[in-house]
Amino acid sequence: MNRIDRRFDEVLSRGRTALVPFVTAGDPLPQATVAVMHALVEAGADLIELGVPFSDPMADGPVIQHADERALRRHVGIADILGWVREFRERDTDTPIVLMGYLNPIETHGIECFACEAVAAGVDGALVVDCPIEEGATLQPLRDAGLRRILLVAPTTSDARLAHAIEAGEGYLYYVSFAGITGAARLSAVDIAQRVSGLRARARVPVAVGFGIKDAEGAKAVAAFSDAVVIGSALVEALAGAATHDDACRRAREFLAPIRAALGED
Amino acid sequence: MASDAEDFGSQMKDIDYHAFPDQHGRFGAYGGTFVAETLIAPLEELTEAYTRLRDDPDFQREFDDDLKHYVGRPSPIYHARRLSERIGGAQILLKREDLNHTGAHKINNTVGQALVARAMGKRRIIAETGAGQHGVATATVCARFGMQCVVYMGAVDIERQKINVHRMKLLGAEVVPVTSGSRTLKDALNEALRDWVTNVAGTFYIIGTVAGPHPYPMMVRDFNAVVGREARAQMLERYGRLPDVLTACVGGGSNAIGLFHAFLNDREVRIVGAEAAGEGLASGRHAASLAAGRPGVLHGNRTYVLCDDDGQIVETHSLSAGLDYPGVGPEHAFLKDSGRAEYVGVSDDEALAAFHLLCETEGILPALESSHAVAQAIKLARGMPEDGLILCNLSGRGDKDVHTIAQREGLPL
Ligand SMILES: Cc1ncc(COP(=O)(O)O)c(C=O)c1O
Repeated sequence: MNRIDRRFDEVLSRGRTALVPFVTAGDPLPQATVAVMHALVEAGADLIELGVPFSDPMADGPVIQHADERALRRHVGIADILGWVREFRERDTDTPIVLMGYLNPIETHGIECFACEAVAAGVDGALVVDCPIEEGATLQPLRDAGLRRILLVAPTTSDARLAHAIEAGEGYLYYVSFAGITGAARLSAVDIAQRVSGLRARARVPVAVGFGIKDAEGAKAVAAFSDAVVIGSALVEALAGAATHDDACRRAREFLAPIRAALGED
Repeated sequence: MASDAEDFGSQMKDIDYHAFPDQHGRFGAYGGTFVAETLIAPLEELTEAYTRLRDDPDFQREFDDDLKHYVGRPSPIYHARRLSERIGGAQILLKREDLNHTGAHKINNTVGQALVARAMGKRRIIAETGAGQHGVATATVCARFGMQCVVYMGAVDIERQKINVHRMKLLGAEVVPVTSGSRTLKDALNEALRDWVTNVAGTFYIIGTVAGPHPYPMMVRDFNAVVGREARAQMLERYGRLPDVLTACVGGGSNAIGLFHAFLNDREVRIVGAEAAGEGLASGRHAASLAAGRPGVLHGNRTYVLCDDDGQIVETHSLSAGLDYPGVGPEHAFLKDSGRAEYVGVSDDEALAAFHLLCETEGILPALESSHAVAQAIKLARGMPEDGLILCNLSGRGDKDVHTIAQREGLPL
């Protein structure tokens, strides 16, 4: 069984909401990524989304753009990232890992090659931001290799497409909380509650909500009607500027622990 | 059994090049809709609106009327006699898009898209620009229709195209400097897409070239295709035949496809696109996506891109801001692979030499972008007989580049 499915089974059967932090691989310090991932798990992460940096992240706001730029200045590439996942798996064989990024780096690496190497390294799913359902055939090799294909659902998604996403989505559906880029301050839990609840009632997989969740309060509000809460930009911002490996881990724990507490501990 | 290559060759002979893109926005293996989920709905809305308007005689009549009375079409074809004599070879004919209102082909597209925006009830227009020509053309139509206009422009381009920045402001547009990435056209496009995704409801994004997700490569081509339709008729009327060769510069590819499209099924007409080879293809400092890139995905479509072995889009270089783009319209990628068109690099120095030669021999000051097409026409003319005809798209005028050229040649203004 795929780790994503198993983890959601566990979390949801205990009546909890999953906590999903996003960090850009290789930022703030390439050598700290594995330790930061472990620190996030210690602080209560149920699943980790690992951003694959891209030169042209058109769906991302300034915080993640800058994280990508910093990582790319250090030449972080897919081979490095898969290496870190492999290293992470030496100590953690349970926490699911989803790679999130854009198509061009994956295709340039070779999509079949990427799929096999990712599975071998211990990756469980992929969210390719600029590859919507219509272009899904492109990503078939990922599914063939056993990776879950995570789909985005947006406030602008039509009902017809929603049905399609529900049909095709695997692992979890990622509901984008507002029309905008990552990190914008536009989250309104009240506005999205009804739509997310409706989606959850129809979906075959859990529904995660992300974009704009910054702190314990926002996470708690969203947790009331979702299966998982994704926190990206605010965490990436908290990590930015960490001077050392230990500093980065401390920041990761201090950022995530209060959010875990707000969502309820085990 | 026929080899794959032979199969492909015979298939190409039968291709109706006017049948693309398909309903998914694909030109063979290229094009498509590679965007984040939030943008799918506005793109579908746009596709639906445009598909309807395309077949609406009232819309077409208004567009044609604006092209005639506002843009100043048809643009003439001018026989550059002294230039041709100086070269000694085929005759070079110039399709004078530089004579359009605002000084480039870009206005054909912005007039069309502004009409689409108006029909869709959108009052806020956004655009990206490199050389500033598309920004000016967008600000112009917004002023005319009383629409709000926001133009994203790379900080590097703002520096080298100051005159156009000021023109946009005079026309009432807000020019937003983009400081992410390489601070040029590709980053301005990213930023415009981010604006659009944030303000989907009331905003219309006027993309300035045949790139971006479907339906943009098709729509922008359709609006520029007037260039080739006119030129084809003008050739038949004045010379009684089609040209032997077409040349145009290729940044994103809108002026090139504008000229080429009407001729794609005329197999006897050779088609050559000139990309920016900057300091030379071997130097790595260029913007020749087709001549030196590889298939990839950028800005919503599959096409040839310039990227490194990690798939990261690389910084490009060209003296002309309008060609400084690491991707290219997907239809050109398709035309390259099918063999219908050739794409070659023209260096900064070659373009500059052509610029001066055209100024001297014909009293025409071409845009640096267009100078690449002129340079390519000159190269081809040398190897052709005197009764050969080369039709070169003079996509814009060079007033905006006077500063850049003076600086490059050490003449402070
Ligand atoms: C005069 C002129 N020609 C050509 C271009 C390149 O664009 P495209 O390749 O889309 O025609 C530009 C772009 O700014 C331009 O201003």
